[in-house]
Amino acid sequence: MTVDLSTSTAGLVLKNPVLTASGCAGTGPELAPFLDLTEVGAFVTPSISLDPREGDPAPRVAGAVSGLLHSWETPGSGISGFLSTELPWLARRGVVTVASVTGSSLQQYGELARRLSATPGVSGVEVDLAARNIESGGRMFGADPYHAAKATAAVRRDTTAGRPVLAKLIPDVHHLVDVARAVVDAGADGVVLIDGPRGMAIDPVTLRPSLGTGTGRLCGPAVRPLVVRCVWEVRQALPAVPIVAVGGIHSGAHAFEMLLAGADAVQVGSATLSEPSAPARVVRELAEELRRRGIDRVGDVVGRAHDLEGATP
Amino acid sequence: MIATAPIEVTGEVVGLRHSGAYHQLTLLAPGVPERFRPGSFVTLSRRGELSTSWLPSSLPISRSRTNAYGGTVELVFDGTDAGTRWLSRVGAGDRLAVVGPLGRTFTLPREPVVCTLVGSGEGSASLIPLAELLRDRGCTVHMVLTAASEQRLFGALEAKRVARTVLLSTGDLAEVLSGLVARTRTDVLYACGPMATLRTVARVADDEGVWSQTALLTPMPCGTGICHGCVLRACVDGPVFRGNPLR
Repeated sequence: MTVDLSTSTAGLVLKNPVLTASGCAGTGPELAPFLDLTEVGAFVTPSISLDPREGDPAPRVAGAVSGLLHSWETPGSGISGFLSTELPWLARRGVVTVASVTGSSLQQYGELARRLSATPGVSGVEVDLAARNIESGGRMFGADPYHAAKATAAVRRDTTAGRPVLAKLIPDVHHLVDVARAVVDAGADGVVLIDGPRGMAIDPVTLRPSLGTGTGRLCGPAVRPLVVRCVWEVRQALPAVPIVAVGGIHSGAHAFEMLLAGADAVQVGSATLSEPSAPARVVRELAEELRRRGIDRVGDVVGRAHDLEGATP
Repeated sequence: MIATAPIEVTGEVVGLRHSGAYHQLTLLAPGVPERFRPGSFVTLSRRGELSTSWLPSSLPISRSRTNAYGGTVELVFDGTDAGTRWLSRVGAGDRLAVVGPLGRTFTLPREPVVCTLVGSGEGSASLIPLAELLRDRGCTVHMVLTAASEQRLFGALEAKRVARTVLLSTGDLAEVLSGLVARTRTDVLYACGPMATLRTVARVADDEGVWSQTALLTPMPCGTGICHGCVLRACVDGPVFRGNPLR
């Protein structure tokens, strides 16, 4: 039996529902020795800022039990570097590319969307809502429905019609569903759940925070149950909203669990740090999970866990 | 020089032994030794989600051998820092995920010149295969092993085997090195160690008008360039850098 893994998520046409995750796959060439990027559903770029940036002070990554802490801002060459160097590399190879954008003001989100709009080779845009808004005292855009919606609307307004916009939500909020509803009302075609929750570790040798920024996002298997919960809640409240799950997905079984909870697609992030070819393995294993159960279309399992409860249609 | 295409393999621990303040790990890693060039490194991690050592450790290769069993690599590490503590507890037969060899490697001189190799702490280990290669090309090799204390010097025995002279130093590296470079008429300085050591070596190289190449020992969370966690992007732009820019 052949399993049909193809899917259309939030308007993104994907050969399979396994994407890379922003900041966990480099700009493309780094993974090339290990992974054919055309074998995954889509490649998600590191968050692209308007100007080149050096990133947060080191250390930017620290280990944690079953995961890692990653600081907020990664270095990057800005939108010009992306358009002149990184995107052409991906486009030449026919990699389905989702551009992640990050800004410190609404004006920057709009500008990024405009610069990307004229560009072929970008299949979708992901809005980084863990970015800090200098217009609201450095709070993260995703911290409340109002600012999350504003940033999303700023990107949507200047993004080519028909090109999907996905909002990547942060989980450190009282009501994630309210934020999800707000970004969808603001024009998001789907939501990415979730950016890593804020975590922290203290180095026992230096007696100082392990990360240069103090706090960072907690990623990896440690957060997977949190992701399942977030996917579950948003799916239940907003059954029509496409969801991409991310956080600790290291195997086909993990991807399968996310689909059951209501995700239409998944991103494989931290797994690539120790196993650069992990996304391709997850694709193979997911197909096997479905084949074993006699399921021939991946779409058939999306949200199935809800059906058993009779919670959603 | 860029190492030949890296691979992912499952490695098996052959043995772990203590050597002064350090641990020496021998790992069966089929396919890796064939691709090894001095200066390249591997990442090691343990599969399984309960591991507290969840991030991979990046370690330079200090010896590689191909044999009937498929090839082994040797790695020397501290074992007390957060990045390698877990590795000090592995045992023979343990399976580890291995990615490598990674990174830019040392460039070798075309002519049989005089080379001085400076290793700081466990950084000395990865200079041994470089010393062997230089010697085989007819170069004269001198080695300086340096560390903060005598206990933390590494590789004196191995260095004596391959180098014409070996100098152990726990004092002022710049002073020791300047004298040696002049005395031996060194043409090229190679080094491996933390940033402070490399800066000293690069400065001496500039002052003495010799060429330098330095390999940076720094934590590299992924080793492949995808995580942007390390300084200077040592994993893809290094770990071997020309000395001058480091100053």
